[in-house]
Amino acid sequence: MMKSEKQYIEFYQEASSIIKERSCPVMNAVRDAAFRQFESSGFPTRKVERYRYTDVDTVFAPNYGISLTPITITPSPFIFHLKDAPINVSPYYNRVANTKDSITALNTMLSHDALLIYVPPYTKVESPIAIDNWLRGKEDTMMNRRFLIILDKGAEATIIISDRMAPPSQAIDHHLSEASPLLEKSEKRKYLTTQVIEVCCHDNAHLDLYEIEETTSLCSRFSNVYIKVGRDSSVRHNSITLFNGLTRNLCDVYLTDTNSQVTLNGCAIGSANQHIDNNTLIHHQAPCCQSNQLYKYVVDDQSVGAFAGKILVEKGAQQTTSQETNANLCASSEARVYTQPMLEIYADDVKCAHGSTVGVMDESALFYMRQRGIPEAEARTLLKNAFMGQVINSIQYEPLRQKLYVKVEKRFRGELDKCEDCRLCK
Amino acid sequence: MNKNPKKNEFVRKVAEKKYEFGFTTDVHTEIIDKGLNEDVIRLISEKKGEPDWLLQFRLDAYHYWLTQKQPTWGHVHLPDIDYQSISYYADPTASSKKGPKSLDEIDPELMKTFDKLGIPLEERLALSGTAVDAVMDSVSVKTTYRETLSEKGIIFCSISEAVRQYPELVRQYLGSVVPPKDNYFAALNSAVFSDGSFVYIPKNTRCPMELSTYFRINARNTGQFERTLIICDEGSYVSYLEGCTAPMRDENQLHAAIVEIVVMDNAEVKYSTVQNWYPGDAEGHGGVLNLVTKRGDLRGVNSKLSWTQVETGSAITWKYPSCVLRGDNSQAEFYSVAVTNHHQEADTGTKMIHLGKNTRSTIISKGISAGQSQNSYRGLVRVGKHANGARNYSSCDSLLLGSECGAHTFPYMDIHNSTATVEHEATTSKINEDQLFYCNQRGISTEEAVGLIVNGYAKEVINKLPMEFAVEAQKLLSVSLEGTVG
Repeated sequence: MMKSEKQYIEFYQEASSIIKERSCPVMNAVRDAAFRQFESSGFPTRKVERYRYTDVDTVFAPNYGISLTPITITPSPFIFHLKDAPINVSPYYNRVANTKDSITALNTMLSHDALLIYVPPYTKVESPIAIDNWLRGKEDTMMNRRFLIILDKGAEATIIISDRMAPPSQAIDHHLSEASPLLEKSEKRKYLTTQVIEVCCHDNAHLDLYEIEETTSLCSRFSNVYIKVGRDSSVRHNSITLFNGLTRNLCDVYLTDTNSQVTLNGCAIGSANQHIDNNTLIHHQAPCCQSNQLYKYVVDDQSVGAFAGKILVEKGAQQTTSQETNANLCASSEARVYTQPMLEIYADDVKCAHGSTVGVMDESALFYMRQRGIPEAEARTLLKNAFMGQVINSIQYEPLRQKLYVKVEKRFRGELDKCEDCRLCK
Repeated sequence: MNKNPKKNEFVRKVAEKKYEFGFTTDVHTEIIDKGLNEDVIRLISEKKGEPDWLLQFRLDAYHYWLTQKQPTWGHVHLPDIDYQSISYYADPTASSKKGPKSLDEIDPELMKTFDKLGIPLEERLALSGTAVDAVMDSVSVKTTYRETLSEKGIIFCSISEAVRQYPELVRQYLGSVVPPKDNYFAALNSAVFSDGSFVYIPKNTRCPMELSTYFRINARNTGQFERTLIICDEGSYVSYLEGCTAPMRDENQLHAAIVEIVVMDNAEVKYSTVQNWYPGDAEGHGGVLNLVTKRGDLRGVNSKLSWTQVETGSAITWKYPSCVLRGDNSQAEFYSVAVTNHHQEADTGTKMIHLGKNTRSTIISKGISAGQSQNSYRGLVRVGKHANGARNYSSCDSLLLGSECGAHTFPYMDIHNSTATVEHEATTSKINEDQLFYCNQRGISTEEAVGLIVNGYAKEVINKLPMEFAVEAQKLLSVSLEGTVG
């Protein structure tokens, strides 16, 4: 075992009573088991297949202050603290997430507060439920966020979870609410986040879930999403990494009953030394389900983009249709791309396909544009934008799509932090 | 689909299909005692009259092997092999002491074995234009057509003979492509390898005929650890074929071979394999464990290496013929058809490591699984930092026949260069109902239609095989698959 686990184990041994005090019985019930699991397995090394591309140990090695501040909730009929849950949550909490993953175990043992989004039966939530994770602290901080999303029968909801830097006080008045390298100058803090989202979609429920990351290059994030889907349901999960330091997103989907659909979309833009690793598993346990995955990466400078996706079709899951696509644009000679689209199929009446590409910008398209007087840098931005367009186009929630069009373009121009008509930013 | 009694009949028929090459030959074979230790390695080395450096090479590999554990990452159920219950050397030619000089000296029983296998050992078959090195158990029995080849300066002999006659060549290249510490089975092979073929094609020579090796495991409780070393010097060309069979046995037989290929400037090597080791019976008892390390090193500029394999046998296949594209503008190809039936498990694929500039590689893999078998493709495409303009195209398709089998794909792509273009696509499906219906409509029975479709599906790969092998491969495909559709 490596050294970096030690501080977390010691912290838990010292502080477990404080965490338990601030937490609720549902969470405390599984806490010690998670601790034992973490203690015995430790952090995954790069020899663990699902962690091949991210070095967990070095990220967790520094000494972070562990945040135990409670979550603030703006009143809403659908969002609750787990301890105020309107339903019995013990059949949901840490069920689908109870895997052998060490990061999840660490989150289960350290998270003191969890957010519950519960949509009652046959309820359609008209406007999206937005959750903003503000990163702020006076010193290097580690946060362990936990979400439980339950959509009861026939429920429908759109949920947007964004990771952002909390605006420093002097920036507020020039409406600089977004994350940015500009903020980095004033905020040199390092943040480490672990996040576990458990989603349970009952029969005939429809969920559109967005995770948008827009932080600084000093932020590390490990997000594990576990989705259990019932009969005749549909789930869309969109993971959008606009700006980050080191990100590892894991998304496991279990299709447990017939006739459901799941779509995973991913958009990742890397520059400088950023590291983006998406790892997915779609587990077809029931017949007649459909799954679709589309992950697109643009990596520049020395950034690293990794994608590993597995489609697992169980023996009885006949008439499965599954498609997995990963396309990568490598914009510099030092950027690295790892891709690993896997199929594991134990049923014969299936249609499964995956495709993955790594390529450079089309020289003839660049030439065409330059011939027509478009400067090279502009032409490149246009091409990158068009490349990402496919993912952004498939975003269902219109206002967010429009916003992301602008943001993605700004990102490619390196102007993500700049707001329009603002002299401070120029 | 499965309720159709007629189709179940096809399935049963194929399930009952017996392994055709499962006979043992009653030849006087000298087998050394079971077990593996330093003395056994010294004994093998002594029997073969090897120089000191080779003994040291073996011992170093053995000591490394002792520190390693049997790998478990493959998508196969590899049994715990008891390495002490295997005999590491079996010599069917022992009665004629110094090895055969002419055809008359070879044990007639042995000749019959190879006749049954259809290997043109006899001169009359030399007309077919193939030079054969036949390896039975651990010893190379006879190499045909040597004289014709030596006129051109081509060396084609068993590796033990090469050690005696061309020690500098062997010493220079042995272990340079697959080092003894490469992996667990490579270390084992390096420690105990008994025989294999050695090929050297001198500069600017086009080998006039196809070279071929036939491997056969005959004796009980022996493992086969052959080692093939092919060196193709500047501007030369060679096409090499490899075929394998084994008798039916209840217990697992171990086959851990190494193939090393060195390709120099402007040279081209074509390596074709038809692997038909005993796959075990319908219940999954016995069969050969085929754990092979094959690698080609494209050292020269404009060099070319092409692997073609048809894998129909073995209880467990675990092999990844790989290419290191070191020379600029080098090209590598990998064509594979892997068929698994009953309880067979195959985890096979390739590694393409692009290091030179403007290197190109193509991977075409076709998996066909039937019965309760598991068939996996595992491949790596790595583009190094300096491999500007590298290009790869991979396509792996799987065909599922029956509802209890599995087909899996595990491709890895590690790209460290922005000018690389890498494409990968894979599909998994069962036989297209429309195609079957189309054939049925035109009076072709379902069984024939399946044969047509499967053969058409594998055609892309089979077409790459040399004539003689293509016929055999097609036959093997039909044996393994006729009417397996459920």
